[in-house]
Amino acid sequence: MPTSIQHGRSANHTLRIVCPNGHLGFAPIKKGSFQIGCESEPDLICADSGSCDVGPVPLGSDTSSSPLQWQTDDLETMLIASRRLGVPMIVGSAGDTGTNSRVDLFVGIIQELARKHGLKKFRVGYFYSEVAKDVLRRLIDTGDTVAGLDARPPLDIATLEETDRIVAVAGVHPYIRLLDQGADVIVGGRSSDCALFAAPAIRRGFPEALAYLYGKLLECASFCAEPYGAKESVLGEITMDDVKVTAMLPEQRCTVASVSGHAMYERANPFYEHFLGGHIDMSRCCYEQYDERTVRVTGPRYVPASELRVKLEGSGKIGERYVGIVGVRDPYTIANIDLVTGWARRQVAERFGDSGYQLHFSVYGRDAILGASEPRRTTPAHELAVVVQGVGPTKAIAEEVAMIATRQMFYARLPQVKGTAGGVAFLLDEVMPASPAYRWTLNHTMRVDDPLQLFPTFITEAGV
Amino acid sequence: MANRRLSDLAKTIRSKNAGVDKYTFDVIFADRASYELVRESGVLSREAVCRIFGIDAARITDHVAFDPALAIKFTIARPTPSGSPGDADIFGAQQYGPLLDIEVPGS
Repeated sequence: MPTSIQHGRSANHTLRIVCPNGHLGFAPIKKGSFQIGCESEPDLICADSGSCDVGPVPLGSDTSSSPLQWQTDDLETMLIASRRLGVPMIVGSAGDTGTNSRVDLFVGIIQELARKHGLKKFRVGYFYSEVAKDVLRRLIDTGDTVAGLDARPPLDIATLEETDRIVAVAGVHPYIRLLDQGADVIVGGRSSDCALFAAPAIRRGFPEALAYLYGKLLECASFCAEPYGAKESVLGEITMDDVKVTAMLPEQRCTVASVSGHAMYERANPFYEHFLGGHIDMSRCCYEQYDERTVRVTGPRYVPASELRVKLEGSGKIGERYVGIVGVRDPYTIANIDLVTGWARRQVAERFGDSGYQLHFSVYGRDAILGASEPRRTTPAHELAVVVQGVGPTKAIAEEVAMIATRQMFYARLPQVKGTAGGVAFLLDEVMPASPAYRWTLNHTMRVDDPLQLFPTFITEAGV
Repeated sequence: MANRRLSDLAKTIRSKNAGVDKYTFDVIFADRASYELVRESGVLSREAVCRIFGIDAARITDHVAFDPALAIKFTIARPTPSGSPGDADIFGAQQYGPLLDIEVPGS
């Protein structure tokens, strides 16, 4: 076997990227393996910071799901290494959602860190991804379809009106433009996870098919290694013929199983990866163990799109939200829990009618997690927790909906119950304010003529 | 020989969101024999998945055997988009529970 790529660079034209985190800010970078990665001659340091996994609340309310301190710590770790090594740093989908405010937040953090450490002046490139509702309204008005993904119908005006914020998912294009403009640090708006790794590779002339595969394999950092251990660094190397990926933590390895297994992670289909401008077909990829901790992959195919369509993510507010929690231990009550929640629901309806609010009961110990798909819902546990969510147009209404439903479970009228002093156990005799309720209103695509059209780029400076 | 459970035969059994409107399930094996045994047994076929989760076939959007990873992978449409109020698994990370105890004939 060849010596590890970590110690010997391929003789041919190569580009190396170290990726320290699959979701920057969400949980802290492990610094030991990142240090090893930085000693392995990387040409760039790249990490994605976004995910729609966090649900629709952060996008809709324009907040981060990651704490500011963790975002700052991760950016500091990457920035200090990037400036010390003199290699570019790229962060994509800033602040979980990639909205304009999150991009501005990250650019501000970079500038503040540069001041704090007295870093020599450097160029910061950034781009925005938000799409104004008027842009989509005009499209719909002119008969251009904003097509639904995953069996959603085309976007209509009513759904658009219910939407608070929309981001478009960028491809490699704004990253390439900012690299061309000499950016030392790039903070991206919402973009495909693979794009920030593929962009520098495509810009240096590596084949698109390999470049996007490179991004797909690196984007989640150590999720492509085994044994399982998140937030550890991986090192990727692309050549004109292959992509190699190496675990940096000494206790981890990239294996054929871990890397091919990762290729299908959180995608509907393991063979295709879609992005603005096309997709790659990985169905004929060949995975080989290259050295003890490195896997070599060859054989992806790049399929350019016949029409440029940008993915859109949109979130709309449903209402304010309060949450109550109760427990149940009486077996008779457990067996009849639907009568209890039904009673509570009727008491809310008596006060507020049948519409204008939402009321949800999640019955832990029976089927909270799988709902109707739970095969064991007829044999619940010996104790249940019921989490009540009340959603309404104002905080006062949401609180009252949740409070009526929570408290009325205590008074539920079951015909043969032995315990007549209270039907449920309270963890707290109150309901708690939660984040407002949002929903994903857009999971759609729109046609564009220019892949940069929705993604304005900017250059600024940091350092002293 | 007594039937073994899927959790004894597979190295990884997981679920996760694939976008905001789908759950995807990965069942990954450490050796080709177990992979082929389960694949051929039909315990994870489209029909079996419908039965296990009590869903219509139309909700299965993808179902593939992925040889390089020794994996069986299927994807189903979510009942509600991730994170809508009432959704109690925002990441889709605990949907795989019912797969663990599946008995695999001939194992």
